[in-house]
Amino acid sequence: MTNLDALYQEVLLDHYRKPRNKGVLAEATADAQGRNPLCGDEVNVAVAMDGDRVTAVKFTGQGCSISQASASVMTQLVAGKSATEIEALYARFHSLVTGTQPLADGEGKQLGAMAAFAGVSKYPARVKCATMSWHTLRKAMGTE
Amino acid sequence: MGDAPVVVLGEAKDPLVPVNRESRSFSSPGTLAVRADFPLLAANPDLHYLDSAATAQKPRVVLDAIRDYYETSYANPHRGAYRLSHRATERFHEARETVARFFGVADSATVIFTRGTTESLNLVAASWGGVHLDAGDEVVVTGMEHHAQFVTWQRAAQEAGAAFRIAELTADLRIDLDHLASLLSGKTRVVAFTHVSNALGTINPVAEIVAMVRAKAPRAIIVLDGAQSAPHLVVDVPGLGVDFYAASGHKMGGPMGCGVLIGRRALLEAMPPYQTGGDMIEFVHDDQTTWNVLPHKFEAGTPNAADAVGLAAACDYLSTLGIANVRAHEQALVVAMSDALSAIPGVVVHGPPAAERSGVASFTMAGAHPHDLATILDEHGVCVRAGHHCCQPLMRRMGVSATARASAGVYTTMEDVGALVEGVRAAAGIFVGS
Repeated sequence: MTNLDALYQEVLLDHYRKPRNKGVLAEATADAQGRNPLCGDEVNVAVAMDGDRVTAVKFTGQGCSISQASASVMTQLVAGKSATEIEALYARFHSLVTGTQPLADGEGKQLGAMAAFAGVSKYPARVKCATMSWHTLRKAMGTE
Repeated sequence: MGDAPVVVLGEAKDPLVPVNRESRSFSSPGTLAVRADFPLLAANPDLHYLDSAATAQKPRVVLDAIRDYYETSYANPHRGAYRLSHRATERFHEARETVARFFGVADSATVIFTRGTTESLNLVAASWGGVHLDAGDEVVVTGMEHHAQFVTWQRAAQEAGAAFRIAELTADLRIDLDHLASLLSGKTRVVAFTHVSNALGTINPVAEIVAMVRAKAPRAIIVLDGAQSAPHLVVDVPGLGVDFYAASGHKMGGPMGCGVLIGRRALLEAMPPYQTGGDMIEFVHDDQTTWNVLPHKFEAGTPNAADAVGLAAACDYLSTLGIANVRAHEQALVVAMSDALSAIPGVVVHGPPAAERSGVASFTMAGAHPHDLATILDEHGVCVRAGHHCCQPLMRRMGVSATARASAGVYTTMEDVGALVEGVRAAAGIFVGS
């Protein structure tokens, strides 16, 4: 698989073309805005919290395939999770896209759609695209 | 050249061009063949640098001139009584004369060295604007301005309590001259616009706009952003009829951090200094200071003389090529790339017809974001800019968040155009085809 094929995996393109949980969250208890002033990508993440648990999450925004697919995948991964669980997911996502901890053998199944972002590590200029939605989620949750 | 050290560009594990592919579908040569004059390009034969509107690669003569200044003529200009300092001062002065000549300016003292276009525009806004802009005045820009022009005047107007007006654009992304005319009046104090759009390549009709401003807004100064015209078009600043012209040396093949502000002498003489410090004073009393003459009044502190020498070498290089030849070369390239890109399904090239633009092709592809295009093109060794090009107001008017922009320079070849087109087709395969 070439670097480009690894970057633009079908899972990622599918989330870009058909984003999940995109829209306004009526029951939101908090939200935050993420922006990359260098490229104009933007994402707004709205969460409904019950204690430290995210009961529902949606996003709006526009930008490149990496940023929008990342937001879409993230909403699926964090719904129903506690702040501690989300921090662990974020830490793994971050190490995956920055390349500090590559995908281990057999880990792909466990990580699910998150694994599709492993290819980002070969493109340092795109890491911010991938992490923007996660930073924005953590800002909304007050954990950033 | 003797035993000049070989500069290795990029580690083997991090090459500038990851894919070494054949992409020679455009075999006809451009009218200029000067790629070998540029060390970075000569060392990377498979690199297709199409981001000259962001910054131009440097010809060897520029790098040599800077090195020569440091090796043979280096001391602090304007300060020492010794011969070396005198030589440093002379070289700096000669550089100013060369740059003035390049822009058709006889009075070289009206050529102020700055860090670049951004600082030049800020200088005018702070110095002229600080004195002359008042509540009730009006400042006019256009919807295609770079943030260096747009934001600078937006803030100057806000600080003065003046109105900030924006001339809208036509459907083919030119300045709407009728709308501009409707904004001009006796209240207008500033009309600030760009000679050539950095994001689109639109070449604005300066003479027509100047005539309109002089007729309808007799109290207005005209501030022209020349960042994208200086390297690509014949620019005779006095002939343009504007009051201030700003340009960046690094876009002309000169070093980073050195540009010019060219202004009318009477205006510059009446303006207060922009910064204070060494060189710009005439006499410092305990209770007040008088200012040095032009150009020194606007060049506080030790000047960036070495880079001014480099910029002068870049001007000489462009003059030797002949700016008319540069324009013809880049025009042929932009027409070729625009025609080929437009033929790819889903791709739109924005702005006026290619032959009427500078060497810029700003394009979008349905279903693919410009950043993704840029990443895929990078895999093909093609460097393009993706984003809002420091023109968010323009992007809003175009109804897009960003575009991909390919831009040509003197060293650009038809092979570069071929690689661009192949890369965009590959992107279409990923984003549109599947």
